[in-house]
Amino acid sequence: MILSIASGKGGTGKTLLATNLALALSSKARVQLLDCDVEEPNDNLFLRLPVSYSQFVYIPIPKVDETKCNYCGKCSEVCVYNAIAVLPQKVLVFPELCHGCGACSYLCPEVAIVEEGKPVGVVEKGSLGNLELVQGKLNVGEVMAPPIIRAVKKYIDAKSEIIIDVSPGTSCPVVEAVEGSDFCLLVTEPTPFGLNDLSLAVEVTKEIGVPCGVVINRAGMAEGETERYCREHDVPILLKIPLDREIAVLYSKGIPLVQGMPQWREAFLGLFENIAARVGRGKMPEGSGEGKDRQ
Amino acid sequence: MKELVVLSGKGGTGKTSVVASFAALAENIVLVDCDVDAADLHLVLSPRIEKENEFWSGEVAYIDGEECNECGLCQKLCRFDAIKDFKVDPIACEGCGFCAQICPVGAVDMCQNMAGHWFVSYTKYGTLVHARLGIAQENSGKLVSVVRQQAKLIAEKENAEHILSDGPPGIGCPVISSLSGADVALVVTEPTLSGIHDLERVLGVCHHFGIPSAVCINKYDLNEENSRRIQDYCSSHGIEVAGRIPFDEVVIKALVQRLPVVEYSPGCSVAREIEKVWQFVAR
Ligand code: SF4
Ligand code: SF4
Ligand code: SF4
Ligand code: SF4
Repeated sequence: MILSIASGKGGTGKTLLATNLALALSSKARVQLLDCDVEEPNDNLFLRLPVSYSQFVYIPIPKVDETKCNYCGKCSEVCVYNAIAVLPQKVLVFPELCHGCGACSYLCPEVAIVEEGKPVGVVEKGSLGNLELVQGKLNVGEVMAPPIIRAVKKYIDAKSEIIIDVSPGTSCPVVEAVEGSDFCLLVTEPTPFGLNDLSLAVEVTKEIGVPCGVVINRAGMAEGETERYCREHDVPILLKIPLDREIAVLYSKGIPLVQGMPQWREAFLGLFENIAARVGRGKMPEGSGEGKDRQ
Repeated sequence: MKELVVLSGKGGTGKTSVVASFAALAENIVLVDCDVDAADLHLVLSPRIEKENEFWSGEVAYIDGEECNECGLCQKLCRFDAIKDFKVDPIACEGCGFCAQICPVGAVDMCQNMAGHWFVSYTKYGTLVHARLGIAQENSGKLVSVVRQQAKLIAEKENAEHILSDGPPGIGCPVISSLSGADVALVVTEPTLSGIHDLERVLGVCHHFGIPSAVCINKYDLNEENSRRIQDYCSSHGIEVAGRIPFDEVVIKALVQRLPVVEYSPGCSVAREIEKVWQFVAR
């Protein structure tokens, strides 16, 4: 199963959920955790797996051979991103604007353009026992997150259970990461911000056509509105994690919840089984469909 | 006029709460919400929308099934795997126009894409420019540029002293758009390992673009050892720590009431520290 973990709002506990789910599950199955939050990949701060493999991600950008170029201007005409400009005696490429679409090199009548790779980030891998982590990292100052997310997803190993940690928000990188998942877990917190962003995230999963469920983090204060929203929109609440100083302190130290408070292991395993049943995988537990409440 | 951008790298550090309080403390400001992906500032500032505008950006390819002879060339060449079975997936399409250029029978049209809305609103703290990017849309960086540009025009007209901008999370394209040419960046962080990690990355972006930055540690007493690490990191990089806000439920309570902390509980320790930070960055 491919399970993606997203949240409209950042800092709601996506990393907490992804890492703990992966750790709990890895005691039973092979698990691959893909950290697709390539702007801020944080999963390995908790897992601390040794990185054993690292590969640059490139996007192809044009390079003009000026001995062949006759400055006809075709390349700049076809580039919708204004990433290539033709002057009377010079062709200028602006790598930071180029999306690597390949139109200019294909359409250059003089075959004067070749493509060369420009590194925009890296993909790293590490593993321990049953758990493998693949993480993408965007270079500081770069803007093209989707190619890195695509590169991370190329490593998907269909024989494992896959957990994808998605970047916050609702735009292109989120869609790129969530697409192709069997289920998307949305992590939220019971504040007006959390609810606003949750409703956006629910819309995104609807748009992509991936079923979703909700985990409420820092619960226990005021989740009435969030619960009402979920009821009205027919989105199941699958787990609640209470607002608790001990949990917050463990998190701040980078200690996974399932290690610092092992009683949580069952809750995460139960969450996974519940989702597996929902997407029609594995056995359907008795009386499933009701959310799990843990205090 | 001075433009201040509040960033966080990692989401959920309390950035928007800090901005809302700044809004209440400042006089004569224009506010911008540059987090166009998940705009939240309006939830605390209760704006009245005065002007709503469409944001058109980019194009999406569309294949006319009548004209297409299914030669498959576009599918082969599209670098973004956006064409399957001679149909364009508008979510995957990057609008590069390559397919329209090469289709031998001219079956591909590029259509304008309405990517969201932006608003100019009245709030009791000052004019707010905010936006809402359409679901699954790209170009959030461009929309950020649009709202910032509008805010600048309004600030000039109103002769405002400050533009206060609630920045997007992360370090990518929208952050860079919200930062370029700003006068100062304040990074709100928290003393968690991920907070520190992301703080370093976002300060790297500020440095890369030559924007002077300062740091505010939120919930500093959650892990004082990490807070010290942040302070050490900042002092060794010549970055000022403008304030340390304690962990207090009053922040969430204020949020639930949809009020800035400095108004919900003026004089509490959180409010006093935020005031201190505001004095520092407004200088
Ligand atoms: S299309 Fe080719 S020949 Fe024409 S200006 Fe560009 S590089 Fe030169
Ligand atoms: S590869 Fe595409 S985006 Fe890059 S310069 Fe060429 S036409 Fe423009
Ligand atoms: S290139 Fe044109 S004719 Fe060929 S499959 Fe694409 S749309 Fe159809
Ligand atoms: S416009 Fe570009 S991305 Fe969109 S379908 Fe055509 S070739 Fe693919």
